[in-house]
Amino acid sequence: MNGKDIPMAMLEIEKLHVSVEGKPIIRGLDLSVDAGEVHAIMGPNGSGKSTLAYVLAGREGYEVTAGTIRFLGQDLLAMEPEERVAAGLFLAMQYPVEIPGVSNMYFLRQAVNAVRKARGEPEIKPGEFMKKLREAAKLVGIPEELLRRDLNTGFSGGEKKRNEILQMAMLEPKLAILDETDSGLDIDALRMVAEAVNRMRSPERAFLVITHYARLLNFLVPDRVHVMIAGRIVKSGGRELADELEAHGYEPFTAEAA
Amino acid sequence: MAASTDILREITEREYRWGFVTPVEEELVPPGLNEDIIRLISQKKGEPEWLTEWRLQAYRRWRTMEEPRWAKVHYPPIDYQAISYFAAPKQKERPKSLDEIDPEIRRTYEKLGIPIREQEILAGVAVDYVFDSVSVATTFRKKLEDLGIIFCSISEAVRDHPELVRRYLGSVVPPGDNYFAALNSAVFSDGSFVYVPKGVRCPMELSTYFRINAAGTGQFERTLIVADEGSYVSYLEGCTAPMRDENQLHAAVVELIALDEAEIKYSTVQNWYPGDKEGRGGIYNFVTKRGLCKGRRSKISWTQVETGSAITWKYPSCILQGDESVGEFYSVALTNNYQQADTGTKMIHIGRRTRSRIISKGIAAGRSQNTYRGLVRVLRGAEGARNYTQCDSMLIGDKCGAHTVPYIEVKNPTARVEHEATTSRISEDQLFYCRARGLSMEDAVALVVNGFCREVMDELPMEFAVEARKLLGISLEGSVG
Repeated sequence: MNGKDIPMAMLEIEKLHVSVEGKPIIRGLDLSVDAGEVHAIMGPNGSGKSTLAYVLAGREGYEVTAGTIRFLGQDLLAMEPEERVAAGLFLAMQYPVEIPGVSNMYFLRQAVNAVRKARGEPEIKPGEFMKKLREAAKLVGIPEELLRRDLNTGFSGGEKKRNEILQMAMLEPKLAILDETDSGLDIDALRMVAEAVNRMRSPERAFLVITHYARLLNFLVPDRVHVMIAGRIVKSGGRELADELEAHGYEPFTAEAA
Repeated sequence: MAASTDILREITEREYRWGFVTPVEEELVPPGLNEDIIRLISQKKGEPEWLTEWRLQAYRRWRTMEEPRWAKVHYPPIDYQAISYFAAPKQKERPKSLDEIDPEIRRTYEKLGIPIREQEILAGVAVDYVFDSVSVATTFRKKLEDLGIIFCSISEAVRDHPELVRRYLGSVVPPGDNYFAALNSAVFSDGSFVYVPKGVRCPMELSTYFRINAAGTGQFERTLIVADEGSYVSYLEGCTAPMRDENQLHAAVVELIALDEAEIKYSTVQNWYPGDKEGRGGIYNFVTKRGLCKGRRSKISWTQVETGSAITWKYPSCILQGDESVGEFYSVALTNNYQQADTGTKMIHIGRRTRSRIISKGIAAGRSQNTYRGLVRVLRGAEGARNYTQCDSMLIGDKCGAHTVPYIEVKNPTARVEHEATTSRISEDQLFYCRARGLSMEDAVALVVNGFCREVMDELPMEFAVEARKLLGISLEGSVG
């Protein structure tokens, strides 16, 4: 599949309303992301950015009360989380979960093979897997020792975030959502993560980068920047919008939204 | 989106794959238990008089005893007179070579994934095949004999090595030890006998596969393993049974004896029929397993993966008599539907500087009840004894129960006893994380549970670790982890 065969946007969100425990969090959100693009969503705490990420990934407890989401022409909301992954969606989580007793490497292998199986492809050969894994690990600065450790267990904040990017590199999604991957990263790690993402940029792949700060966007130049306030996108623009936010903060938009 | 409980229900209600019945003609003694029946069993097995008498004494003892009721398990009264205590496939005599085995029985073990052959997948494992009340085959005997290792059915051992059997039978679990041990001593049928001579390291895994086939029977096997000075042996038992609405009783006794500097590693993958999702049928697994670390610096290690049976009542224990002897107990007990497990261990420290380690992982799903019950007893003379106990429970769903009942009795002030326990619910965060990486809910549960049990699973012999992990719902095929 390539971009030319898909006339519609890769991700099409229309009039989305989402409640958590009965409380509306996302209130009429529209967003369209085309293949090959990098979109950034910026907004203050509590604006619903992470809720959006979880809804896209299919987490339970997020009730879609209205609106539609189409991903590569399919009704995303009708799909199980694992079906979304098989279709090419990936969420790099803000708080990666520890799974004791399951090695990082084993988990990655299970994930890669689960996705392959769902797509009707044969399991990856051990040699091929190791080769790919070593390359990807090098790219994001994950040492071999960390691959053998239990998944995320006892990892530092930065190691967890880099491990998310490693998973992304191994699963090769069509749409990757990065939920505050930059928070808790020092400048070198940030640069490394950005570089890994930049290397994965291609006309067939899109990124949705959720962040508080413009910092990451200096390394990872977005095509579009959206400002999200109180569950809506209140302004969209080019990369210059990120600089504007960096200079003036969210205050002017918050006032506008109110 | 399917709620996690739906998927869990699906896992829970999955068909038991080992539940078929083999159409083989079997000889059953009439149901009921009395001295005549015991004489009949003993006679069928061609036993010497001392053993017949031993059985009768156990029976008389059993009649004075009461069924234990302290375990956290509930079941209707068992009618011991309704059970047939001996069932054997009809055959003229025990086949002399593996080729002479009844094709139906051969097929049974093929279907169970443990073909009666001395090659291919089980190349590194010698197996004793017990079908209802009799051992039907034992592989690799010649190879083991060359090293002086005796591996045969206990019936053959009574005939061929009476001095060893007489010396050790009942020496660790005396006939009057408890209700089910007394019953077993009266009616025991086949099981395995192992003797490893001085200084010999057994080069292969020894294994017994127990299969209940006939209806209206129970299985009462007896296993005796003796490791002479400085020897080593690793032994594993597996078991399955057909699916039936009736409850069948399995009351085994296992005795281990380790002399000076000997080591016995005993592993169990228990997969008896657990009953259906309504709690009908299934095996009552009332088993007494005990090891005696008789010699100094001896070691006995129990590893069990308990996934089957309607009820499990089982406490593989170690008596640490020899100075500096070591006892270990690694356990995974997984219960689903209406299964009940009350299992744990006893570590009895007698010798000086004896050490014990208990790692227990209980997983309860469905409407099951899962209890860890353990005793650590340090006697007055056990100078410098040490114990470490860790009991972790995981709950899947909200209709099951996990319980931890540790007993600690310390009579020596230099002893050090540590106990840690945790109970947690399977984490929705972990399950979602796995699914957000492409794993199905079912695989996610299996992965998280497997991780939870890792410490214990790592103790299993390699040849069986895979089967055991699959039993927990996981395929480890081509793992790199």
